[in-house]
Amino acid sequence: MAQEIFELISSSLWMIVGIALIFALYLAISGICYFVWGLYSKGREKAQGYTSLKTVTFGDESAVVANRIASIAAVIAIFLLWAIATGSSLLPFSVLPGPHKGETSFEYTATNAAGETGKGTITMLVHEFGEKPEPLPLAADDGDFAQNQSVVVAQRRKALIKTQADEGFTFTEIDGQPISAGDTVNFADGNVLVTQRGSLSVEPDVGMTMEALYLPPPEAVWTRFIDLNKNGYQGVGLWENVFWSLIRVVVGFALGCLFGIPLGFAMGLNGWLRGWFDPIVEFMRPVPPLALIPLIIIWFGIGEQGKISLLFLAALWIMTIAARAGVSGVNISKVHAAYSLGATKRQILSKVILPNSLPEIFTGARVAMGVCWGTVVAAELVAAEKGAGKMIIAASKFQLTDIVIIGIIIIGVIGYGIDMIMRGAENKLVPWKGRG
Amino acid sequence: MSGLTINDVSMTFELPNGGSVEALKDIKLNIKGGELLSVLGPSGCGKTTLLNILAGFLAPTAGEIDLNGHKVTGPHPERGMVFQQGALFEWMNVSENIGFGPSMKGTPKGEIDDRVQELLGIVGLQEFGEKMIYELSGGMQQRVALARCLCNDPDVILMDEPLGALDALTREKMQSLVLDIWKKTGKTIILITHSVEEALLLGERLLVMAPRPGRVHKEYRLPFAELGVGADLREVKRHKDFGPTRDEILNMIWDMEEEIMGRTENA
Repeated sequence: MAQEIFELISSSLWMIVGIALIFALYLAISGICYFVWGLYSKGREKAQGYTSLKTVTFGDESAVVANRIASIAAVIAIFLLWAIATGSSLLPFSVLPGPHKGETSFEYTATNAAGETGKGTITMLVHEFGEKPEPLPLAADDGDFAQNQSVVVAQRRKALIKTQADEGFTFTEIDGQPISAGDTVNFADGNVLVTQRGSLSVEPDVGMTMEALYLPPPEAVWTRFIDLNKNGYQGVGLWENVFWSLIRVVVGFALGCLFGIPLGFAMGLNGWLRGWFDPIVEFMRPVPPLALIPLIIIWFGIGEQGKISLLFLAALWIMTIAARAGVSGVNISKVHAAYSLGATKRQILSKVILPNSLPEIFTGARVAMGVCWGTVVAAELVAAEKGAGKMIIAASKFQLTDIVIIGIIIIGVIGYGIDMIMRGAENKLVPWKGRG
Repeated sequence: MSGLTINDVSMTFELPNGGSVEALKDIKLNIKGGELLSVLGPSGCGKTTLLNILAGFLAPTAGEIDLNGHKVTGPHPERGMVFQQGALFEWMNVSENIGFGPSMKGTPKGEIDDRVQELLGIVGLQEFGEKMIYELSGGMQQRVALARCLCNDPDVILMDEPLGALDALTREKMQSLVLDIWKKTGKTIILITHSVEEALLLGERLLVMAPRPGRVHKEYRLPFAELGVGADLREVKRHKDFGPTRDEILNMIWDMEEEIMGRTENA
C-alpha cells in the first residue's frame, strides 16, 4: 500500500516535469510566432474603436480579445509538431532523423575453435514495416570460415544473426571494435549486441521520430480517413458509426427532456412532489452515468435499449434540475403581476413560468447534450455493435492507431458542433437570456 | 359603496425563533374612488405589507379590505399593480406585455390591439410596440409596466415604489406621467415611495407610517398633486407650503429612524 502510494506520488512528480516540458516547448513556439507576428504587424495592427482609447488594459477583461492569428498559428503549430514528431513525408525535409532505411553493412571478426581468425560481412536491407523485399546478394566471400550473410530487417525491429555451426565460433570485433558477450557496439547505421549465447542482435538506427503504432503521421491518418469513408471499418461505414452514436444521443436526450422537464416543473411547483422526488434526484445527480453502464448491461444487454436507457438517465437528472431551477428562478413580481392581470394558474404556468424557465432549461440542455455525447462514446467503448466509440475500441485492439485518432477527432468535432447548435438555438429562442 | 375600505387590518408575522413582529396594527382607512394616495415611511413600517394585502397577495391576520362593497380575498384584475422593476415579461414584446391582461381574458385580438395602441400613445411609446423589453431603458420599462396595468382597466392601481430605480430626470418625467394618467383616467391610485418629494407631489392625500408596530402616524391633505397636473413640477416644488411640509415630514421620519436605532441599541 505505502509502496503503491509512493509510486503514485513519484509518477505524479515526474508528470509535472514532463507536462512542464511540453508546455515550455509549446509556449516557446508560441513566443516565436508572436515575435514573427509582431515584426509583421508592427504599426498595422491596432486596438479597434473604444479599446484603443483605454490607457490601462491589463486586468480589463473587456479589452482582451482573442487574437485569431494566434489561434490559427496554434492549430498549424500542432499539425507541424505532429508532422515533425512522426517524420511526415509532408515536410520538405526531415527535422528529426527517421529510422534508417535501405542498405547497410558491417564487418565482423570472429575466431573459431581452432583459434583461427576470420572476417565476414553482414549485409542488411532495412525496409518499412509491412514490406517484404528480397535479401541483398551476398558480398563476395573471402574464403575463410567466417561467412558473409545477408539479412532483411524491418525498421525498428531487430535481427538475430546466429553463431555459425562451429562450436568454438566467437565474435570478437565489429568494424574493428572489440566486443564480448553482453556488449553493445555501434556500427554505421545501428548497433550490435552480442547475446549471452554468442549470437549477434542487430538493431538498425531507430531515429528520433515516433513509430506509427504510437502516432501515425498526418498523411497516413488522412489516407486512412479516405479509406474509411469509402470502405468503412469492419463492414460498418465511418458515417454510419457516427450516425448511430448521434441517433442514440438524440433519442436519449429527447427522452430525458420529455420526462425531466415536467418532473422539474412538478418539483418546482408542488411541495409533495418535490419531497417525493428530492431524495432520488439528489442521489442520482452525483452518480456519473458511466458508473451505471455495468448495471445497464446486466439489465438490458448491449443493444440499443441499454444505450438509450443510459443516455436517458444521463439527461434526465440534468434536465430535471434545470427545469426546477428555472421555476425557482422566476421573479415573484412576475407571477404576482400575472395574477393581478387576471391570469389563471394554467396561464401562469404556460405564459410566465414556462417561458421564464427557458434560459435555465437551455443551459441544462447544453450540459446534458455534452454529458450524453461523452456517455455514448464511453458506453460504446464498453460494448456496442456500431458507433464511434465501438469503431475506435475495435481499431485499438488491432493497433490501428490511425483509426483511433480519426475517431477521436470526429468525436471532438461533433461534440463541438453539438454545443454550437445548442448555443445557436439558445440565441434564437431565448434572446432575452442574461439581459433581464 | 364605492371606494376602498381598510377595516382594522393587522398583520403579525411569526418568527422562526418563536417571537412575532407586528408589521401592521389596526390600520383603518377609507379611500374614495379616484383618490391619489401616497404612502411614506421608514423601512420596516409595513407599507409594502399593506400594499401586498391590498393587492391580495397576503391575507391579513385580522381585519379585512373591502373594495366597492365586496371583500378582498386574493389578487384580482380590479386591483392592478405596478412593481418597482423586473415584473415585465422579457419573452414578449412591448405590445404583448401591455395587452397581457385582456388577452388572458380572451378579449378579441383587434380590440386588444386598439387598446394597446391607445396606451402606447398615452405613455409615449408609440414607436416601441414591436421592441423587446430588454431593448428598452429603465424609464421606458416602467412606462410599459404602467400601460400594462392600465390596459386591464383596474379600479385601483397599486404602485410599489415604481420610480425607485430610475434616475432623477426620468423620475421627474414619470411623476408627471402618473399625474396625467390619474387625471385622465380618474383611477384610484395608491403609491408607495421612499422619496418625500415624490410623496408630496403624487398624493392628494399622504400617509406617513411609523414602524413597530406598523401604523398610520400622520395624514396630510395636499394641494400639490392637483397643481402638478399638466404643470411644471419644479414650479410646484416652489409653492410656499412645499418646502415646510417636506421638512416637517423629513424630521418626522428622521425621529422615527433615530428611535428605531436607539431601541435596537438598547435591546
